[in-house]
Amino acid sequence: MNNVCVYCEFEEGSIQDVSFELLTKGRSLANQLGCKLEALVLGSGLDGLEKEISRYGVDMLYIADDKRLYPYTTLPHTAVATGLFRETQPQIVLMGATSIGRDLGPRISSSLGSGLTADCTNLEIGEYEDKKAGKRYDNLLYQIRPAFGGNIVATIVNPDNRPQMATVREGVMKKEIVSETHQAELIRVDAGKYLREEDLVVRILERQIESSKINLKNSSIVIAGGYGVGSRENFNLLFELAHAIGAEVGASRAAVDAGYADKERQIGQTGITVRPKLYIACGISGQIQHIAGMQDAAMVISINNDPAAPINKLADYVIQGNLENIIPRMIRYYRKNVK
Amino acid sequence: MYKIIVLAKQVPDTRNVGKDAMKADGTVNRAALPAIFNPEDLNALELALLIKDRYPGTTIVLLTMGPVRAAEILREGLYRGADAGFLLTDKAFAGSDTLATSYALSCAIRKIGLPDIILAGRQAIDGDTAQVGPQVAEKLGIPQITYAEDILSVDNRTVRVKRRLERGFELVESVLPVLVTAHSTAPECRPRNARRLMQFKRATTLSERHHSADDYLAAQTHSTEPVLTEWCAKDVNSDLLQLGLGGSPTKVRQVENIVFQAKESKVLSAADDDIEWLIQELISQHTIG
Ligand SMILES: Cc1cc2nc3c(=O)[nH]c(=O)nc-3n(C[C@H](O)[C@H](O)[C@H](O)COP(=O)(O)OP(=O)(O)OC[C@H]3O[C@@H](n4cnc5c(N)ncnc54)[C@H](O)[C@@H]3O)c2cc1C
Ligand SMILES: Nc1ncnc2c1ncn2[C@@H]1O[C@H](COP(=O)(O)O)[C@@H](O)[C@H]1O
Repeated sequence: MNNVCVYCEFEEGSIQDVSFELLTKGRSLANQLGCKLEALVLGSGLDGLEKEISRYGVDMLYIADDKRLYPYTTLPHTAVATGLFRETQPQIVLMGATSIGRDLGPRISSSLGSGLTADCTNLEIGEYEDKKAGKRYDNLLYQIRPAFGGNIVATIVNPDNRPQMATVREGVMKKEIVSETHQAELIRVDAGKYLREEDLVVRILERQIESSKINLKNSSIVIAGGYGVGSRENFNLLFELAHAIGAEVGASRAAVDAGYADKERQIGQTGITVRPKLYIACGISGQIQHIAGMQDAAMVISINNDPAAPINKLADYVIQGNLENIIPRMIRYYRKNVK
Repeated sequence: MYKIIVLAKQVPDTRNVGKDAMKADGTVNRAALPAIFNPEDLNALELALLIKDRYPGTTIVLLTMGPVRAAEILREGLYRGADAGFLLTDKAFAGSDTLATSYALSCAIRKIGLPDIILAGRQAIDGDTAQVGPQVAEKLGIPQITYAEDILSVDNRTVRVKRRLERGFELVESVLPVLVTAHSTAPECRPRNARRLMQFKRATTLSERHHSADDYLAAQTHSTEPVLTEWCAKDVNSDLLQLGLGGSPTKVRQVENIVFQAKESKVLSAADDDIEWLIQELISQHTIG
């Protein structure tokens, strides 16, 4: 009862990385709260996952293995998860901010009447005082995420409703194995107990999952372009530089929205989180939602024609000027100097 | 023919938060940002219009919850082909999180009458939460299909939809009624129609008519059947306890202005010497090369 539970996403035969990252975060939250860490896996053909999941320090592993739970559809997963949560009463539920988590999370939160915060960049435990009601709460989940309106971060809490729910994007938290030999208590869940006929009205006719072509997350050098790049053609300059020095190209949301770059390249709170050894920001101003996805870069170079661009504060090197004529010269001098 | 409700939100144009929109204290000057029709809600409207093209007699009703000025996007929808608009506006809605918002919207949908299809945007660009669509579907007890790129067919009380996933796609089928959320890769919304613009530019909500000194305008709109309807919390039989701040399980504990820990940055000019120096520096540090 009142534990921390992570909904683990099962896709194409394996558990998604984001779920392991959340288990690691969940473990540390559970330690702080003095409660247990639970993992919930819904799907079909789930044999052999126990060890892999247990390693992250899971105390209780709930598995519902049922043909009707794979591939993922909203209603069956909602029915089983909410049915189970009504019995186990977790105080915190975490899920990945993935296509699945963002489809399922709000459905569960509405069904249980609990609050949900999307795309958190940090989770902590802390107290809260409701001055109006004169009430004090201990050990609430701080759901921390950038808020719209400049470089602002908001801490959100759910004082009265349970579970406290949050989604987090892949790569934001770090995964860490607690012990290779750790064994979770395995609890088999009978999905049939919760599923009704009406839950099966959506059918998948065809499904195609491609593996991602872009490996931004693991690239040691990232060249990111923002709205200042100005056009899709100009983005080719970034690709040329990336090709020359062996980097991957990322983008800000403004660049993606303007159609200069593809959505899969977006870095930030609602995109990918990267931790490269070198990050070259080209024509990016540096709003908090962007910074959230790159602040752990070891070295930052900013190319910007505005000396006051906020990102310059984070930069080791600032090149002041227009990227259109700076990047071609970077390529030229690189070719000249590297032998 | 089908009955469709499109959920649309007026949002500040967060795509334009450039340096011009920033105040000296580093916060966004919301007043400097234009209020726009949430982009993916326009995709949702287009998916609805495509169904109307295929099945004449289909009706499209726009529903929005927001301040009085949100009526602007209802008119925008009429210009592009929607048949009517509903504005939910009340002080009681202020401070609503996604759960309270979806509750209010679901009450309004019940009052209008549950349609065959509800279309929403995947997410609103002011929060990117993507929660209201699924939560409305749950409150109404109907299935949902998120991230729609295309609605392939609607017949025999079933709908077929192509969904865009992070990596790949899915074709799914659902019975009606269903709530569908539109992805930005769905067809772009058609432009305003000049004839409809003339026809509906005087369509106003009650509050707008009250605030208007233009008697002619007021007289005009009273004489015809109003295409825009304004409702408050009471009109949609909603429980006040589930609305606004009080009805929102999530509370903002604090908002913090982040001042970046400034690094000791080295500022270079765009001169050839500086650029070559930096490249050599990076190569000698083994950062590149
Ligand atoms: C809920 C929400 C989620 C968000 N999630 C993300 C996210 O995940 N990732 C993200 O990036 N943003 C995100 N944003 C958007 C974010 O707030 C900013 O709007 C965005 O990051 C700005 O992008 P930008 O820096 O490219 O554009 P701008 O702010 O317009 O900056 C352009 C920069 O280019 C410079 N410039 C212009 N011309 C040139 C030139 N010729 N040479 C050199 N420099 C030039 C300008 O001086 C300026 O600094 C989100 C916003 C919201 C509300
Ligand atoms: N106040 C509102 N009025 C009408 N529709 C809304 C409102 N808020 C959200 N929606 C709908 O729900 C979608 C998702 O919104 P959000 O959960 O805020 O990202 C939007 O694209 C709209 O279609």
